Amino acid sequence: MIEVDGLTVRYGGVTSLDAMSLTFEQGTCGLIGPNGAGKTTFFNVLSGFVRPAAGTVRAFGTDLLSMAHYRRARWGVRRTFQTEQAIEELSVFDNVAMVHEHSRLGGASRRGDVLDAITFTGLDATPEAPVRTLGAGQRRLVEVARAVVGRPRLVLLDEPAAGLPDEETSHLAEVIKRIPEHTGALTILVDHDMSLVSACCATTAVLDFGKLIASGPTAAVLRDDAVVRAYLGVA
Amino acid sequence: MRATLERASPARIARRPTRAQLIKAGVTTGLLLFAFFALPALLSLYYIDTMTQVAVYSMVTLALGLLVGRVGLFSLGQAAVLAIGAWAAARLLFATTQPYPLVLLEAGLITMVAGLLIGLPALRLRGLYLALITLMLAGAITVVLATVNFPNGGHGFLGYNGGLLHIPPIRRPSIAASDPAYYRYSMVVAILMFGLVLAHIKTRPGRAWAAIRQSEPAALAAGINIWFYKLWAFALASFITGVAGGVLAGAIHYLYSINFPTQDSITLLAVTLMGGVFSLWGAVVAALLYQFLPALLNNWGVSADWLTILFGLGVLQVLTTAPAGLADQVPRDLRRLGNLLGRRLRRGSARGGDTS
Repeated sequence: MIEVDGLTVRYGGVTSLDAMSLTFEQGTCGLIGPNGAGKTTFFNVLSGFVRPAAGTVRAFGTDLLSMAHYRRARWGVRRTFQTEQAIEELSVFDNVAMVHEHSRLGGASRRGDVLDAITFTGLDATPEAPVRTLGAGQRRLVEVARAVVGRPRLVLLDEPAAGLPDEETSHLAEVIKRIPEHTGALTILVDHDMSLVSACCATTAVLDFGKLIASGPTAAVLRDDAVVRAYLGVA
Repeated sequence: MRATLERASPARIARRPTRAQLIKAGVTTGLLLFAFFALPALLSLYYIDTMTQVAVYSMVTLALGLLVGRVGLFSLGQAAVLAIGAWAAARLLFATTQPYPLVLLEAGLITMVAGLLIGLPALRLRGLYLALITLMLAGAITVVLATVNFPNGGHGFLGYNGGLLHIPPIRRPSIAASDPAYYRYSMVVAILMFGLVLAHIKTRPGRAWAAIRQSEPAALAAGINIWFYKLWAFALASFITGVAGGVLAGAIHYLYSINFPTQDSITLLAVTLMGGVFSLWGAVVAALLYQFLPALLNNWGVSADWLTILFGLGVLQVLTTAPAGLADQVPRDLRRLGNLLGRRLRRGSARGGDTS
């Protein structure tokens, strides 16, 4: 469970997150909002790239913000990036092993864990394949494999389906749905693809201009008037 | 995408070397055996000494290639780091009767500490600024060395005596007193250093470096302490360069500060880029360019100054057409040529078959 309380982030005069207070319970939670709503900023706060001006984040009872950013991965924060960041020079195996060896599990049972994570994503490439030879969809799966390896507590997926064809997106949805039961981690999915969010997330929160405007069961949130206004504007 | 899910099951992936890996290992072993046993018999003393220098500088370009190619740190101070290693080794060789390998290890460690002292503040910078800072530090070290001089058998901490008439040579290991023997000795040290780097690249630090070079956010998100791994790379590169300095001290017997001009650092970066920073072979190619080519030109009576122009063109060539350097480009082009010739020959023989 993650409790966010009064989280505020400012870039100069722009308030990117405005006193955001929200609780993510468990399973896969959606986080949506128009461009510039503060979704990625929220992820950047959780992974330590951005220092908030105010507010607290407690994750499973731990004060996340007081942790050095590189330690958060060891604690169990994982994320994927809006523009995919699989390391081209390394093989699929090494990409995943890289995260595992800096995780809570350290070196123990490494090979099996890494291969399990790759298998979990259903990636149709050998673990020895260099990432630079893979396609966009496959690279996304490598990122997902990195996110689920080494007992994560919190998995942050930042537009994992961006630029993927429908067939690969539906495969990705199947994988994302299984992350909480497979790893026990709380998963937060940011995406603009509402069908992906509906398919994966029981609950969803909506940000607009850094403010939380709705949260609750996904189907109800997507019908909410404030959400419709934020996306489509006022008639 | 899910059709071949079973392929990744742990049981199926035993780490068996592929055919390409076996060929690569075979070629490497063959070349090493040739360089170790055949070369000293084939070459004149002049070229044997040159090859010793190639072994020394292959370690230097190896270290520089590690910094540039693996971590993306552009250092323009490697000639000064080499000088520190040579100084430390010379001082230890004059002051003590320790076995040579121990001196090399100590020279490497001393240089590593010096490199870390330089690296600690410098690592806050990146790209052009890091290059600039390391170049200026190299200049400063050159000035200091010109003042304190290299040890020549004198006393005191600096071990320099300007009044000596008969300067004793820096000693070599007893098993490698002759030039061919010392060449082999240098080869062994270089091979150990290449092995050390390989062991890093294939494991945890290598993965961390690859991540840092491509994307620091991705590395951070993977739990990699960027600062620590950069410092590690700096330490390793300084250690290897220090060891190279120690080997150099024994190779040339007498060290002078004019042997280590600051601009050498720039030439070193140029040849390292030309050789190729993404493969270990690149370091060997770079050392051949840096030491063997000038010796060859010298022997032919051509001024080695032409090389400055050649290296300039070479870097331009590499940066525009082959970012992975000659070590990548030449085998690729040869393979292409081989395929082309193979096709021509097959076509020729097929036509011959028709007429008969």
